[in-house]
Amino acid sequence: MYNPTVARLTYRALLGRRRALILFALPALLVLIAVAVRALTGVDDKVAADLLGGFALATMVPLIGVIAGTGAIGPEIDDGSIVYLLSKPVKRPTIIMTKLIVAIAVTMVFSAVPTLIAGFILNGNGQQIAIAYTVAALVASIAYSALFLLLGTVSRHAVVFGLVYALVWESLFGSLVEGAKTLSVQQWALALAEKISGEDTVSSAVSLPTAGILLAVVTVAATAYAGQKLRRLTLAGEE
Amino acid sequence: MSIIDIDHTSRWFGNVVAVNDVTMRIGPGVTGLLGPNGAGKSTLINMMGGFLAPSTGSVTLDGAPIWRNEQVYTKIGVVPERESMYDFLTGREFVVANAELHGLDERAAQRALATVEMEYAQDRKIATYSKGMRQRVKMASALVHDPSVLLLDEPFNGMDPRQRMQLMDLLRRMGDEGRTVLFSSHILEEVEQLASHIEVIVAGRHAASGDYRKIRRLMTDRPHRYLVRSSDDRALAAALIADPSTAGIEVDRAEGALRIQAVDFGRFTELLPQVARSHGIRLLTVSPSDESLESVFSYLVAA
Ligand SMILES: Nc1ncnc2c1ncn2[C@@H]1O[C@H](COP(=O)(O)OP(=O)(O)O)[C@@H](O)[C@H]1O
Ligand SMILES: [Mg+2]
Repeated sequence: MYNPTVARLTYRALLGRRRALILFALPALLVLIAVAVRALTGVDDKVAADLLGGFALATMVPLIGVIAGTGAIGPEIDDGSIVYLLSKPVKRPTIIMTKLIVAIAVTMVFSAVPTLIAGFILNGNGQQIAIAYTVAALVASIAYSALFLLLGTVSRHAVVFGLVYALVWESLFGSLVEGAKTLSVQQWALALAEKISGEDTVSSAVSLPTAGILLAVVTVAATAYAGQKLRRLTLAGEE
Repeated sequence: MSIIDIDHTSRWFGNVVAVNDVTMRIGPGVTGLLGPNGAGKSTLINMMGGFLAPSTGSVTLDGAPIWRNEQVYTKIGVVPERESMYDFLTGREFVVANAELHGLDERAAQRALATVEMEYAQDRKIATYSKGMRQRVKMASALVHDPSVLLLDEPFNGMDPRQRMQLMDLLRRMGDEGRTVLFSSHILEEVEQLASHIEVIVAGRHAASGDYRKIRRLMTDRPHRYLVRSSDDRALAAALIADPSTAGIEVDRAEGALRIQAVDFGRFTELLPQVARSHGIRLLTVSPSDESLESVFSYLVAA
């Protein structure tokens, strides 16, 4: 279910594109803010949790997920170069699984690592806040990658839809409307963070078992569906 | 030796019928798929390459269905029409990746690069390649696994004459080796020069099939038609009909023009300006009304 050549092509395509700059810029911004906040307000658990929850997990992780998830396959489908993968005796679900693994790895590296660094800068992992949000970022990376990879497989406008989902649903809607919270990757990830850090500093709208089940279902279903889509993908001629 | 069988195959997109009940068999040697733009060549090749499902009918390779069957790619090599490749790779990296996807190693890639004579530029980024170089690297990527079937969609588009010659030589060699080589083109000369067998497709339908002599005969042994507008159509018609090179003249009132059928093409093209000059008639439009491929082909379909 993993093809190293597909992985290499995907990862080079992801990091070689101009869009990849965002992958470096957002984490740099997070660390920069963390340094500034620490310098201005000193160690404050509440501030640390707010920054990691409000910016790192609610905004940065989904944005990086969009870039990595849609970028792992969308451009190749759009410009037709995916034909070089499809015209090989390689199973299409293997192509999807490999791209998913690359997208997850990239999202994790560019979101969880800076979250951990920022957490340690902010309050030295007091109350396990840095670890809690890092684990949340790792878990969210998986679900976001699967969702946005599917989006990249089915839509030419994957990035736009992905951004709308990440910014409107996860950041705005998800924090305002109760029902939306149950269907938010961010809340599922927070459920885990809550277990690690304790309810005083991190709180999720979803219970941990519910979050775990939803996360697994969404990841597996999105990946399976993307695999199906790719098997049925037709390459039309140039319009 | 491999054979592609297209059996009563149609493909439509919404209510556009791109391929209409086509039956043909593509065997070893070089076959040219000839047809004007929009005829359905790419749709047909995409079905043969497994990138498009037939709406009805079947497309098989040595009896096995091609659609949703990755195993056919052990025998098929595909050279796509589109330019996009992994531009951020060097030519060599790209061909090596293609070899790896077939479970082969660097040596297969080097052999393919040598076949298309691209070794000299293999370490440059594909982004810096000319159109002809891209075409050759695409070719190398399709040849890494030594396929018995090679499918090429409009491979000569945008190539200069020298590159065209080189690719023709290569494809001819592949055909002589007993491979099944199919390429599409909308240019009759190209197909004539290269293909030992020609399949003509027009408006989604299989219009003719045979060697170039047969196709040429179908296209040339017929009257040439011209559409002519002048300052005095009636006087011109009267003067022209007297000459034996003119087989028939029709006054098309709707068009405000003459439709002329000429039997002796060479003589007619000399006659027309002479007659006009000696009668003081000004020629406004002289257009061969069926010299364009479209009408050549519609003639073929009607035949
Ligand atoms: N994906 C598609 N959606 C809608 N119509 C299409 C599509 N692909 C091809 N067509 C139509 O099918 C016909 C045949 O197209 P095509 O196979 O590309 O012809 P050719 O390659 O001979 O130029 C054209 O009318 C074209 O507009
Ligand atoms: Mg075409």
